Amino acid sequence: MSNILKKAAVVSIPTVRQALLRSNPLLANALLAKRSYNSKNGVEMTVREALNSALEEEMRADDKVYLMGEEVGLYNGAYKVSKGLLDKFGPSRVIDTPITESGFTGLAVGSAFAGLKPVCEFMTWNFAMQAIDQIVNSAAKTHYMSGGNVNCPITFRGPNGAAAGVGAQHSQCFAAWYGSVPGLKVVSPWNSEDAKGLLKAAIRDPNPVVVLENELMYGVSFPMSEAALSNDFVIEIGKAKVEREGTDITIVSHSRAVGFAMAAAELLEKEGVAKVEVINLRSIRPLDIDTIIKSVKKTNRLITVEGGWPQHGVGSEICAQIMESEAFDYLDAPVVRVTGADVPTPYAQNLETLAFPDTEVIARVIKRTLAKKIGA
Amino acid sequence: MYARITARALARAVPSKAVKATPALTTSAKAFSTSMLSMNTAPKKDRVKVNFPGALDSHFSQVLEIREKMEPIDTFRVMDTDGKLLDSSLEPDVTEDFAVKIYKDMLTLNAMDLILYEAQRQGRISFYMTNAGEEAYIGSAAALDPEDEIFGQYREAGTLLYRGFTLDQFMNQCYSNELDLGKGRQMPVHFGSKALHFQTISSPLATQLPQAAGAAYAIKRSGRKNCVMCYFGEGAASEGDFHAALNIASTTSAPVIFFCRNNGFAISTPANEQYKGDGIASRGVGYGMHTIRVDGNDVWAVYKATQEARKIAVELNRPVLIEAMTYRVGHHSTSDDSSAYRSKKEVEDWKRNDNPIVRMRKWLENKGWWDEAKETSHKSQQRTAVLKSFAAAEKRKKPAVSEMFNDVYDKLTPNLIEQKRELEELIKKYPEHYDTSNYAKEK
Ligand SMILES: Cc1ncc(C[n+]2csc(CCOP(=O)(O)OP(=O)(O)O)c2C)c(N)n1
Ligand SMILES: [Mg+2]
Repeated sequence: MSNILKKAAVVSIPTVRQALLRSNPLLANALLAKRSYNSKNGVEMTVREALNSALEEEMRADDKVYLMGEEVGLYNGAYKVSKGLLDKFGPSRVIDTPITESGFTGLAVGSAFAGLKPVCEFMTWNFAMQAIDQIVNSAAKTHYMSGGNVNCPITFRGPNGAAAGVGAQHSQCFAAWYGSVPGLKVVSPWNSEDAKGLLKAAIRDPNPVVVLENELMYGVSFPMSEAALSNDFVIEIGKAKVEREGTDITIVSHSRAVGFAMAAAELLEKEGVAKVEVINLRSIRPLDIDTIIKSVKKTNRLITVEGGWPQHGVGSEICAQIMESEAFDYLDAPVVRVTGADVPTPYAQNLETLAFPDTEVIARVIKRTLAKKIGA
Repeated sequence: MYARITARALARAVPSKAVKATPALTTSAKAFSTSMLSMNTAPKKDRVKVNFPGALDSHFSQVLEIREKMEPIDTFRVMDTDGKLLDSSLEPDVTEDFAVKIYKDMLTLNAMDLILYEAQRQGRISFYMTNAGEEAYIGSAAALDPEDEIFGQYREAGTLLYRGFTLDQFMNQCYSNELDLGKGRQMPVHFGSKALHFQTISSPLATQLPQAAGAAYAIKRSGRKNCVMCYFGEGAASEGDFHAALNIASTTSAPVIFFCRNNGFAISTPANEQYKGDGIASRGVGYGMHTIRVDGNDVWAVYKATQEARKIAVELNRPVLIEAMTYRVGHHSTSDDSSAYRSKKEVEDWKRNDNPIVRMRKWLENKGWWDEAKETSHKSQQRTAVLKSFAAAEKRKKPAVSEMFNDVYDKLTPNLIEQKRELEELIKKYPEHYDTSNYAKEK
């Protein structure tokens, strides 16, 4: 109902957003239509298909790779990401588990210690909390604790962040949680190429990798480049991508929010307000701060956008690292974090929508930041 | 492998009468190496007890015992699938009113499920889960004291109904309206009622089990003559929390009843892939806990089992595990289509051959407490009542806008107070953009 949640969502913005943008349905529709990213003749793939092909290709390439989780086999996965894999690889490589996250996560970790390459699916990341000890204390640390003698080549994956209308216990972002843990790598794909390239990289990586997918993106189609269709396509973990070049302000984002940032950038360029540079983080850890620093030195302004909570979030970390870098001297305005509202995710659809960043709020924050000048 | 085959063969070789006559010997007679039979005929009293602190009841033996199974736990039943009493000594000691109330609640639950399931299909509520096939668990609610604390999983709305949660209250929750006790903050079926001693449902599976042990611990400390009733599914019993809960309840002597609804499925996962071993009940014994397995489609068996369990919990301060065997007739939830993993015929067969509502109805009819005329008139009254509640809930306003800020903490924090004030100003300033006509006024 209220726009006030946006207040919570936009840290360090002194006044609440104007009702103005809200009341422009045409604008909202135009932005929505953009979402299918139609390319003329190229191949399109949904994020779900991209993840599915990444799994299939890596399972074909290496028989040590196997998939395990609740409902991943016969049922084709709760969100159908593993569709067809049981038929293709059989029950020794696509394993339906009892409802025991700590059990199958522990089993996956143990099998990785013993040389296999498990892909451990959580029905959603919310349920991984039953097994977080295995991820944080075992998967992430055993290589170190064993003096480098034991590897843990494992991929943890599943949908992360708010879904739609499923209440607070099913709707939260874990990027900051896992992103804080030495020993883990954490990736957060936005589009289909990200999804395929990052998941394949995760499976091939000799370290434990957390792959934070987004349920609301599974059904969204994106063009796939020729290169991305190849079996060899991987995206380097730890490298961000400049999705859109700009000169006036930098937006750093990850996962679904990248789409909103892109739409806001397009909108403002059309309006002639600014040329916005959009960085898709892709990796949360390692964090590609160099790409952000380079961009900030060019644009002199920075906004971070994410679906997670503000306190100790990904945006907070970026702010801190920018403060500590040479980019600080290049800033013409304070960095602003646009985040999820600082409340348990509302169940009510209208409140839920308001609790997370969208194109309008990003556009508004961009304008506000452009109008600011340090010392002025 | 070797041990397993021998075990099966041996189990078959033991005459069933002998097993019944000497229950103490049952398990050892079924133990597993060939040479064991003669050994185990020696009475235990002639053998030497161990004095290791970890297993005080064990005896030394020169036979290497490799055990796969215990004697399967029987399933307690009071009436057959036709509602006929199986043993006159088991005649339920209940009044007509009491029995009829249980039956009516079963029917109401069923009627409410039908309407709300349909409502979700029509997009009027976002989600729903039915109880179909498992209505006999209401017998367990009937055996409790109204002040026994209930922790549910999500498919136990009937226990709340039995305690007096009204149709309006159910509908208000599913519609997240201003009268929803949960203030519209959870998905449908996440009911809760402090007044009725029913903890609010929580989505992550099995977390309620150790919590139930904790609530039982609190009851024990208070000296109240009550216990905790904790429901869960056989799927949730695979979670670590289940095992942690049984062990902590057992070692703290917590007055809690763990009631497993074993309905054969966890979403699409059938019970035979969920676990090995003799169901969930066998685990209770492993944790040193009183354990009962019961026909979960037999109201009176469920009632009796819960009564006995409650005595153990309240009088001895001991936890009890009940496994109620049943069948989930409906889909897992409105997000599921179970025809993808089980045949329609299988479901129809269960509905026809072992239907808890039919069993109870026939039992009542045999007693002369129910008949066709009562059935027809009750069903039509009830449908009207359900529809009326449903329509009323749909029309109600949403919770007050100010509720958005409440309950994150016990009191509003300074930033929340600030945000609330700003919102109020905005609403006043831009009424055209902030239409609050569908929202209740702040109380
Ligand atoms: C920790 C956790 N893991 C997974 C889920 C997703 N989930 C919700 S219900 C369910 C099946 C539960 O089955 P069961 O316990 O047998 O109960 P039933 O639905 O049969 O009544 C699953 C896997 C969850 N809610 N929480
Ligand atoms: Mg079940």
